[in-house]
Amino acid sequence: MTALPEKQICVTGAAQSEVARPSSRSALQLTADACLAAIADAGLSPRQIDGIATYPGKSAEGGGIAPVSTAEAAAVLGLSPRWTLTSSEGFSHMAPIFNAITAIACGLARHVVVFRTVAQASARVQARASTLMGGRGTRVEGTNAWTVPFGALSPINMFALYAQAYFDKYGATEAQLGALAVNARRNAAHNPAAIYKAPLTLDDYLASRVISSPLRLYDCDAHVDGATAIVLSHRDTAKDLRNPPLHIEATGMAVGSLWVGRHEGDFTTLPAARRAGEMLWSRTSLKPADLDCAQIYDGFSIHMWLWMEALGLVPQGEACRFVEGGTRIALDGELPLNTGGGQLSAGRLHGYGHIHEACVQLWNRGGGRQVADARTCLISNGGFGYGAMILRRD
Amino acid sequence: MASDSPASRAPSAPPPRKLPALEPETAFFWTSGADGMMRIQRCVACRTWQHPPLPRCATCGSEQLAPEPVSGKGQVISYTVNYEAWLPGLPVPFVLAAVELAEQTGLHVLANLDGPPAAARIGLPVRVRFEQHEDVWLPFFAAEDGL
Repeated sequence: MTALPEKQICVTGAAQSEVARPSSRSALQLTADACLAAIADAGLSPRQIDGIATYPGKSAEGGGIAPVSTAEAAAVLGLSPRWTLTSSEGFSHMAPIFNAITAIACGLARHVVVFRTVAQASARVQARASTLMGGRGTRVEGTNAWTVPFGALSPINMFALYAQAYFDKYGATEAQLGALAVNARRNAAHNPAAIYKAPLTLDDYLASRVISSPLRLYDCDAHVDGATAIVLSHRDTAKDLRNPPLHIEATGMAVGSLWVGRHEGDFTTLPAARRAGEMLWSRTSLKPADLDCAQIYDGFSIHMWLWMEALGLVPQGEACRFVEGGTRIALDGELPLNTGGGQLSAGRLHGYGHIHEACVQLWNRGGGRQVADARTCLISNGGFGYGAMILRRD
Repeated sequence: MASDSPASRAPSAPPPRKLPALEPETAFFWTSGADGMMRIQRCVACRTWQHPPLPRCATCGSEQLAPEPVSGKGQVISYTVNYEAWLPGLPVPFVLAAVELAEQTGLHVLANLDGPPAAARIGLPVRVRFEQHEDVWLPFFAAEDGL
């Protein structure tokens, strides 16, 4: 399996800008902050970066979901990239990483900076509805036309359907789901960059308002302004760089039919995420039991159960019991989850907060949230398109 | 103090219900209720229903597809009670349901469910009805025994 492209590539630097709600810095400034810090973290200078990629590229839709293009970022960073990519769909948030892996493995670039910038907090200050799904026209078009006319203007309505079906089928409880928000907040207390750090008890969770049953306020991630960047390098160059290389042990990706409004199955699984998980484990000799921690996508809390089962971390229908009480997913538990607070408490960095946190853990930078001797970390991203990867330190 | 009376809404305020655009592949679905019938795209070759519509049968690859009437009966596969007024004037709470139509396993349609939110449950047998809004006939589902 050493010939697999991802085995030739390492993460060599990682950084985040300020994360705020909102930030006084522009999306492009935040992008530059994160990219420059990640490049310096790798021990490189911007002129050594010959590739740049992002998800999803700049969008005319507004709403702060996609405020920066690779061209703008390259200009502000002073890069002259040989290779660039934006990927607005496909296997979702991790698409530029997977594409950068193949670009480096094919010799199109040696050091690629991948960034993800969001400015959704600023967008909401200007117009609260800007992050909803109705679009700008008087009528709603495309996939959103199957939900928005029924008042379902937020993706929470879609994933609440999955949560309710899961609750019903497996007898899951609100307290079991609440364990995820409580775990996230407990870890965020040790993350200086987290948006929400005040203690959150299960009683607080159960007393919070229901947004779209069974999902509550604390089941939702928090819109923020912020940027994350990582540097990907060929392993042959990594030994000369500043950090111990983080090997990309395996990658898995899949695109699902939710993009076209079609639901596979009985609303208790994400079948495409399962396909991503099967691909992931087919490319490594590691097993779920070998993981030291995992950063699981939590746009809404229910995503975590769906992803955990899709990835085979727990048997189907068992995620609810695995997380109950929070012991097994705590920093000293058998599988620490979302060690920096996830998107629920650290902010909606759209999966890249999870990638950054994996690097924090594997480079032993976690401080009070450090998982002892963390050497392998799984990351999953996405609610509509699905990507997963395992990072490993020697 | 906010009021729900129409006069209190500025003329430029967004309507509480944003209607679907009638696009070439979807217009039949949104206008089907004019005669009280729901229609779903069906493959002429392999007879598989598919929703949302596509220009090609995802099962057999045929491009011979046509809207056909369905019974309008089904059962709730999942639901959610939404309490958040995403837009000014959006009446809450409301129930969004995923209904599996009787014609085919896995043939799902999303729509609002009539009746009190507390009556919503998975497995509830339902039947469609329509409401005309401009040139759109929006489907709603109601409990079979409530009709």
